[in-house]
Amino acid sequence: MSAAFRPNWWARGGWIALAIYVVYAASRLEFTWARFVTGLDNGARFLGRMFPPIIAQPDTLVSGLVESLEIAILASFLGIVLALPIGLFAARNLMPWWATWPARALIALCRSFHPVIVAIVFVKAVGFGALAGILALTVASIGFIGKLFAEAIEEISPRQVEAVRATGAPFASVIAYGVLPQVFSRFVGFATYQLDSNLRNSTMVGIVGAGGIGGTLFAAFQRFDYDFVCAILISIIAMIMVGELLARWVRGVFLERRAGRPSERVDE
Amino acid sequence: MTDAALQIRGLVKAYERNRPVLRGIDLDIAGEGLTAIIGPSGTGKSTLLRCINRLVDPTAGEILFDGVDLARLGGKALRRARRHIGMVFQEYNLVERLTVMENLLSGRLGYVSPLKAWLRRYPQADVERAFELLEKVGLHGFAGQRADSLSGGQRQRVGIARAVMQRPKLLLADEPTSSLDPKTSVEIMQLMRELGREHRVPVVVNMHDVGLARRFADRIVGMSEGSIVYDGPGAGLDERMLERIYGGEDWLQ
Repeated sequence: MSAAFRPNWWARGGWIALAIYVVYAASRLEFTWARFVTGLDNGARFLGRMFPPIIAQPDTLVSGLVESLEIAILASFLGIVLALPIGLFAARNLMPWWATWPARALIALCRSFHPVIVAIVFVKAVGFGALAGILALTVASIGFIGKLFAEAIEEISPRQVEAVRATGAPFASVIAYGVLPQVFSRFVGFATYQLDSNLRNSTMVGIVGAGGIGGTLFAAFQRFDYDFVCAILISIIAMIMVGELLARWVRGVFLERRAGRPSERVDE
Repeated sequence: MTDAALQIRGLVKAYERNRPVLRGIDLDIAGEGLTAIIGPSGTGKSTLLRCINRLVDPTAGEILFDGVDLARLGGKALRRARRHIGMVFQEYNLVERLTVMENLLSGRLGYVSPLKAWLRRYPQADVERAFELLEKVGLHGFAGQRADSLSGGQRQRVGIARAVMQRPKLLLADEPTSSLDPKTSVEIMQLMRELGREHRVPVVVNMHDVGLARRFADRIVGMSEGSIVYDGPGAGLDERMLERIYGGEDWLQ
């Protein structure tokens, strides 16, 4: 009699190998319970010094936050504007190989490094300050939006494109009428998600000197001003929440007003 | 047959080598009237229609239309030729997220620059004609609705209006009623015949439904396995011929 379920020996071997490696890696890095308990003690003292939070330097805090916001919005704008054509060129269902290949290589390059690493490179290249942060987050935005935009275009319905082509429309009009309407709502989704992501990352690039609140935060850490650190962290949370509201508003402006509401639907 | 609007000579299409879907089609379409092409699924009806406006590239043969061989055109010349050929699709192929009006005006994309099309700056005459056509196809007041909010029959009306917006010299329809209920199918066929007569445009329709073809077509072309096996009026389409086109006989009982 043949077995109903064939054993998958490759999968079983893989699970066993993974289990062995986890134990090995933990022992190599002294990832032990005893160390964690000692760490907890230290953490409690640290937390105790954070409260109550004190805004030691209000001017620095506000200017840092404003700079982070500017970095995020500028990087998102530049990233979206550049990712649109790059993503379009990368879509294999619309473009020939000589267009998709370089576009895909560029997107892959933009996605290879974490924004902090890119920020370090730009700080070395263009010097300390917000410019390096803007450039670093622009690169990250191109990578993220470009990749998702290209994938969204590759998933569109070819029927709608075919119909527009059949009218004798030039290529640019085929894009504008056959392709963009199909991917527009997803594109707005990617763009607002990236704005959100850039807002978070813009608070971090400052740690390596690329502008924004991150620099203020890092300086406060180094001075052991933990109460000021706490105030900065709370302000960042507030800014992220405001950013979330902003992103939701943008989505509402672009998507809900265009979508057909269910009450308008007509059936025979 | 020199006054034919469309002359097809020796048209062959093989998607894979040595497995032709169309095996040398010769067909003349006159300047007026509705021609129905019937035949079983997979016999190349759709491929034949798509070769005419070059959504599919033919392997061999000539397609003479308006003084040029469509089979040899490319680039701008092909786009110019396509402007004169309207096409209606089985799945309507409307741009779902655009409004009915935008879908209608997309029939003018061959005449409007991409920038103006993107800014929705169409000539006033086109817009007025679109409103007239909407009324004509029974969709008065639907201009601002999104295409994906319409029913199947309504969508196909928009599809037909879009094709007529092109002011075509030839109207093609690839199974325009196959996704619709019987009553709507009849209405759609009536509309196609009426618009063809009104604008003096020949209409070529692929269809499955023999009854519908008999009722609306001035001429029926029967295809089987990539070749034309019948060409004549609906009355001449007897059981023996249907058996030849579709194969077998049990289904005729």
